[in-house]
Amino acid sequence: MSTSTPSKIIPTRTLYDFHGGIHPEEMKSLSNQTAITQAPLPPKLILPLQQHIGNPSLVIVEIGQRVLKGEKLADADGKISVALHAPTSGIIDCIVDHPIAHPSGQSAPCIILIPDGKDEWCELNPCEHFEHLSVSEIQNKVRESGIAGMGGAGFPTEVKLHPPHQDKVATLILNAAECEPYITADDRLIRERAEEVVQGMEIMAYALQPGECLIGIEDNKPEAIAALREAVKETQIEVCVIPTKYPSGGEKQLIKILTDKEVPNGQIPADISVMCQNVGTAAAVYRAIRFGEPLISRITTLTGEAIQQPGNVEVLLGTPIDWLLSQYGYQESKAQRLIKGGPMMGYTLTHPHTPIVKTSNCILAPTHKDLPLPPLAQACIRCGLCAQACPAELLPQQLYWFSRSQEYDKAEHHNLFDCIECGACSYVCPSAIPLVQHYRHAKGEIKQLKLDQQKSDQARERFEARQFRLDREKSEKEAKRKARAEAAAKAQAAKKAAESAKPVEASQNTKEQVDTKKASIQAALERNQAKKAVQAPETKAQAKVEPIDIEALETAWDKAQAKLDKMHDALENAIVNTPEQVEKLTRAVEKNQVRVNQAKQAWEQAYKLETTAPVPAQKETISTKPDESKPDAPKPDINALKVAQEKAQSKLDKMQDALDNAQPEQVEKLTRAVDKNKVRVQAAEQALNEASQAETSQDGKN
Amino acid sequence: MSVIVTAILALLGLAAVFGALLGFAAIRFKVEGNPIVDEIDNLLPQTQCGQCGHPGCRPYAESIAAGGDINKCPPGGEATIQALAELLDVEATPLDAEHGEEIPTQVAVIREDECIGCTKCIQACPIDAILGSAKHMHTVIASECTGCDLCVEPCPVDCIDMVPVDQGLAGWHWNAPKDQNIIATDKTGLLEDMVEGGNLS
Repeated sequence: MSTSTPSKIIPTRTLYDFHGGIHPEEMKSLSNQTAITQAPLPPKLILPLQQHIGNPSLVIVEIGQRVLKGEKLADADGKISVALHAPTSGIIDCIVDHPIAHPSGQSAPCIILIPDGKDEWCELNPCEHFEHLSVSEIQNKVRESGIAGMGGAGFPTEVKLHPPHQDKVATLILNAAECEPYITADDRLIRERAEEVVQGMEIMAYALQPGECLIGIEDNKPEAIAALREAVKETQIEVCVIPTKYPSGGEKQLIKILTDKEVPNGQIPADISVMCQNVGTAAAVYRAIRFGEPLISRITTLTGEAIQQPGNVEVLLGTPIDWLLSQYGYQESKAQRLIKGGPMMGYTLTHPHTPIVKTSNCILAPTHKDLPLPPLAQACIRCGLCAQACPAELLPQQLYWFSRSQEYDKAEHHNLFDCIECGACSYVCPSAIPLVQHYRHAKGEIKQLKLDQQKSDQARERFEARQFRLDREKSEKEAKRKARAEAAAKAQAAKKAAESAKPVEASQNTKEQVDTKKASIQAALERNQAKKAVQAPETKAQAKVEPIDIEALETAWDKAQAKLDKMHDALENAIVNTPEQVEKLTRAVEKNQVRVNQAKQAWEQAYKLETTAPVPAQKETISTKPDESKPDAPKPDINALKVAQEKAQSKLDKMQDALDNAQPEQVEKLTRAVDKNKVRVQAAEQALNEASQAETSQDGKN
Repeated sequence: MSVIVTAILALLGLAAVFGALLGFAAIRFKVEGNPIVDEIDNLLPQTQCGQCGHPGCRPYAESIAAGGDINKCPPGGEATIQALAELLDVEATPLDAEHGEEIPTQVAVIREDECIGCTKCIQACPIDAILGSAKHMHTVIASECTGCDLCVEPCPVDCIDMVPVDQGLAGWHWNAPKDQNIIATDKTGLLEDMVEGGNLS
């Protein structure tokens, strides 16, 4: 097999084709003619903490610490992350932000290692037979060895050694297509270390237990194909030689070629039970398992006409690119620029003083003749060549319009995110429109807009939560205030309930009062009648003694009655305003009632005596009062009644006012009080009327 | 004559029927609230900064829905104005300078050793993005801060700075290639600029 030539290679497997694709000038012979050389030890190693997709590694060494070759410098952080190791023995100089190989030219945290030149290995843990290890041991070792996809993406390999959720992996594909012009790192690796590659794949197959193992390789690498065929002889691995077409090395395109399966929009190959790994990764896995060597170096293609000795070099990670190039005769004056990666998908390096990392497969230093500047972009002539070239079957023209006019939602609807940025559309564009650059920008913008939207949604949520909280606090305060007011009202109500018997007493009192008034009126009437009856028999002496007595008694009674009335007023006020005093006042009222009764009794007794007294005497006494022309007995009565009636009326009026102004809860009480007073007033009026009638009749008689 | 009368009657009849139908539909399918306010609110940046003169983004959305200007939101800038113009089918007007200028997203940073713990900024923050308690140092939750700068003014010791957000590598994305709609014979050196700008690979 080692003697096979390209013409003898016959595909042993039905291959499929993917849409579009281009055939750019390969330019591979520039670098694949010489064997891989070992790059010398650089004076300084720059080791970025993030050389892979996922979380940056966590530093576990200290500044000034001496580390041995292969010693772990940083731990994997989280599931999608890998460790980082010292490429050679030396001292940790510092951990600083250093420019890294990134299209933005920005800096990122890096460990700076100054080699001591001894290149002293740390203790390794080799394993002659990987079959003796469990699958999880292999996965863990791969993770601890810091292996990330070496094809260019840098996805942690360990993650891709786990079969997708309970699914069996139908096909494990080793990607050896290396379709991009200039790059020959995989080609040379396979030619020289096919055994390592194949054994690495066997370890992966051991972990994944796939239905079939395929190696996809383009037919422009006959020596590599021959080496692979030789290496896979004793294994189940099938070498599939595919036609050379860019970008057959794209993961999705290679899967399509080998299995006719397409990775659906927004999904990954694992979702259709296919796993794709790079040949460089396979070799690194082999070295990690077999010799316990972590990933500390990689094979990088140094190519382009501006490099005097182009070829592939095995270079320590962290080697500064400018230093590396200087070792291989880089002529800066000849170079048009420095490109990291290939001419199709690579990007211009803004700083040459950036390190080689796990994903650096090629450093291209083309001359102006090599890779002339693209002509100025002209207007799109709608030729449709881009659509024919697109390997993802997109509509590059539409995407271009939408990206340019920032109609990002439309671009998304046209599946912008399925674009693999292979650059085929730009390559074929007769107007030299930088289509891919537009798509990259649009993708970035869309991602940014989504982040912004997410952030604004989050801010809105927080704002609304805050408003809700403030409202709640407000209503809580209000509720507390109300609760306090209610508690006070309740306490009052409880007191009122306790006093509910007392208002009854009070009302009884008022009834009694009314009764007493009635009684007094009755008494007055009786007095009148009695006076009429006893007008004739009068004695002076009696009159002289008696009238004083009776009048004094009467005033006493009136006074007592007035006091009682006042007290009643006070009591009623108290019921409304100061419930706690009601009891006391009630008692006072009762006492006064007794006093009034006593006064009344006293007066009645005196009056009885008076009835026996002669009328002339009375008349005389009356005549002593010059201003009084009318008979004395009925007069004070009518006056008293008038006063009583007026009092009652004014009280009723006051009460009515109070009722009008009253609080709702007091209305009922006041209404009752008003009713009572009305009765009182009516009674007083009646009494007054009767009294005045009696008087007039008496006057008439007189 | 009867033809005209028939025609008029027929038209009147149709008008009555459709009028009734429309009237019914207006009641039956009445939409509660104003859905356009939600849509407008969704386009606004939710900084709740009040630069538009409204107490928050939603009130501004309500004012726009009521026919107000769409160019009063500096944090949203031209992009928001464009989006609003598209949504409302009105002409996009340039940002009203009276309400401020469009500046890159900022984040508030408290100089912590100067903070006296007065809690004034905490009360001012519309989205509760400042942590701290009385007489203790406060700090801004940078990931939540919208950069509305409402906390700057209340600070009695002026220890709050507004700094542009450092996007870092994760936030970086490719610039748009320069528009080069020029004729091929134009050799003004534009291309060299482009190469230096990293827009070509």
